[in-house]
Amino acid sequence: MASPKKAADKTNGSSPPEFTKEQELKALRDMLLIRRFEEKAGQLYGMGAIGGFCHLYIGQEAVVVGMQMALKQGDQVITGYRDHGHMLACGMDANGVMAELTGRRGGYSKGKGGSMHMFSMEKQFYGGHGIVGAQVSLGTGLAFANHYRGNDNVSVAYFGDGAANQGQVYESFNMAELWKLPVIYVIENNRYAMGTAVSRASAQQDFSKRGASFNIPGKQVDGMDVRAVKAAGDEAVAWCRAGKGPFILEMQTYRYRGHSMSDPAKYRTREEVEKVRHDQDPIEQVRNRLLAAKVSEADLKAIDAEVRDIVNASADFAQHDPEPDASELWTDVYR
Amino acid sequence: MPIQVLMPALSPTMEKGNLAKWLKKEGETIKSGDVIAEIETDKATMEVEATDEGTLGKILIPEGTADVAVNTPIATILADGETAADLAKAPAAPAPAVAQEVAESRSPVGEGKPMISAPKAAAAPQAVAEPDPEVPAGTAMVTQTIREALRDAMAEEMRRDADVFVMGEEVAEYQGAYKVTQGLLQEFGPKRVIDTPITEHGFAGVGVGAAMTGLKPIVEFMTFNFAMQAIDQIINSAAKTLYMSGGQMGCSIVFRGPNGAAARVAAQHSQDYASWYSNIPGLKVIAPFSAADYKGLLKAAIRDPNPVIFLENEVLYGHTGEVPKLDDYVIPIGKARIARAGSHVSIISWSNGMTYALKAADELAKDGIEAEVIDLRTLRPMDTETIINSVKKTGRAVTVEEGWAQSGVGAEIAARIMEHAFDYLDAPVARVSGKDVPMPYAANLEKLALPSAAEVVEAAKAVCYR
Repeated sequence: MASPKKAADKTNGSSPPEFTKEQELKALRDMLLIRRFEEKAGQLYGMGAIGGFCHLYIGQEAVVVGMQMALKQGDQVITGYRDHGHMLACGMDANGVMAELTGRRGGYSKGKGGSMHMFSMEKQFYGGHGIVGAQVSLGTGLAFANHYRGNDNVSVAYFGDGAANQGQVYESFNMAELWKLPVIYVIENNRYAMGTAVSRASAQQDFSKRGASFNIPGKQVDGMDVRAVKAAGDEAVAWCRAGKGPFILEMQTYRYRGHSMSDPAKYRTREEVEKVRHDQDPIEQVRNRLLAAKVSEADLKAIDAEVRDIVNASADFAQHDPEPDASELWTDVYR
Repeated sequence: MPIQVLMPALSPTMEKGNLAKWLKKEGETIKSGDVIAEIETDKATMEVEATDEGTLGKILIPEGTADVAVNTPIATILADGETAADLAKAPAAPAPAVAQEVAESRSPVGEGKPMISAPKAAAAPQAVAEPDPEVPAGTAMVTQTIREALRDAMAEEMRRDADVFVMGEEVAEYQGAYKVTQGLLQEFGPKRVIDTPITEHGFAGVGVGAAMTGLKPIVEFMTFNFAMQAIDQIINSAAKTLYMSGGQMGCSIVFRGPNGAAARVAAQHSQDYASWYSNIPGLKVIAPFSAADYKGLLKAAIRDPNPVIFLENEVLYGHTGEVPKLDDYVIPIGKARIARAGSHVSIISWSNGMTYALKAADELAKDGIEAEVIDLRTLRPMDTETIINSVKKTGRAVTVEEGWAQSGVGAEIAARIMEHAFDYLDAPVARVSGKDVPMPYAANLEKLALPSAAEVVEAAKAVCYR
């Protein structure tokens, strides 16, 4: 019940299109970077180097990595507070993200935003938003801007199964379809809104149908299989770029860690988590396919090592970079 | 080198915990993500997951140990190829200096000590407002309603900048619920004059999102009462993003519409939000009174790179005033205007409060009291200098607002006068405000709930001891 359903059945029972070896390797590398980064962030939180809230993305890596593979330069991404993975997938620098987590001047927001508030105009990443559901209206606004300017960019607004119950989500759905805005709503259904299981919070648990009353097409996707995510992303992107309006993708995924760092996780069993990790881990799936395709252990270890180096360097930077200057207190309130 | 596993902090406030149970034994293989131990905090029992891979080399803190301090080494993990003999090489616990720094950064600001001894940051920068643009002698004046002045301001800015558009309920085909956007659809078309569904929270968010990409939306609320549905997007998204992004991403957007009491529309449609928005750093808040100011300040608001709250007043929409006939009449944000000079008492107001203030000044003059009436026009940033200079001259001050007194703008003005001109005061500052009740419907009660010129006269005489 509580593990991500095998959604592949719903897409005509066929398995997703195969990746090329290059795509598999890229997916593996990008997902590993997120996982190792998040593990390191959890560790730094445990050491007290990161304060406040810290929501880890471990387990959900295939969603953002697969979606990113379907996008082109100029497309925009916006998400909620579980955002480190999205930033890394957009190509933001690990040092800058980690230093923001530790509240240092080299962080993306000069240490003034923290885990939930980072942005990159360069990478078209629009945050990092701490109010559940707010990014859905904002992401619709990004699509509005694309429509207004008449370019062919698409915006991707990520939100969770919890946020999917917020009122402004449906206000946004209505306007997006009414005005045919190029926005992909990616609902990351990780089965729990903080500690509340989907079944205890949602009258309609098929999130791909949440746009039905606005005539927005939706699809359930196996969010643990990066190939399925990419294929669904391609379909949604094509729909949006063709001027047909918004598209909803329900990514069935799973978060291995607690909601935030101080979550005792009493709402689910350890066995449940272990089963998903064992049966459906998005990274292991790719690794196993690569090994079956005769990619050597040594090559995979080299990717591991490269990723660990990036992550360790970011942790080192984030702990040694100075805190923001006291004068920064007063800057950036107004332009 | 073997990796040390440290006692983790499992919540922002945790300093120590009990090591309840080891779930892995020495010599067992550990994968990243494996739960290796359980720790009890004062709030809950939490699991510790490994973040490194290898073999559990040695358990340093046995299960059942209570009050283990955060960052104490609790075990060591051996990497591939390492043996127990490598254990001696494990690094020492982190330098105490690091722990110290962490402990300090976690104590709430100012806890246990007066705020005044908090580490001193440079003082807040003071906004310096520019004077009004000079209107050359001989400039023709047009007599316009405030509604027309607003429409002209928007139309001029939309002609000037293709990134400016207006959205809201009934702004296009209906020509504006209060006819403020009359004619804009005909001139600029439906792409730039956009009727929204009745969906304040949603379209405020859409506007802010569009502004984050560099467009310059004018978001009309049919009234600011309905903007309460959207206030999260206004404050959490529009006002704070520039700061939260370290200056990288701002939001040039105007939220405008009628604010305050209309006539006989009862409590839910008659509220003054001036003090709400003027509380928020990151917003600019404008509430003009004269037709010329409505035009010049709305043009400035549209050009401003920050989110601006532009509070209009329904009662004033039909009032006429003289507006300079200039190609580009822009009034700087943040500058008050002396509407009437005087030397006996300063009356400070804005928006429709000015109606009562000016009427009262006429009355007071009949009794030989010359009031100086200041129209603040902008509430944030507030032109403290103009207020203080006036009070230094008169020694007495009365504030006039339609909103409630508690935590109101008048309370803020009184505090600033006390802070900057205490020694010049000959009497306590008096506040005239809306009464501390929801707005009643009955005509007589509504009148009583609002400020009046008579109340301003009374307050002014009281501070003059007359």
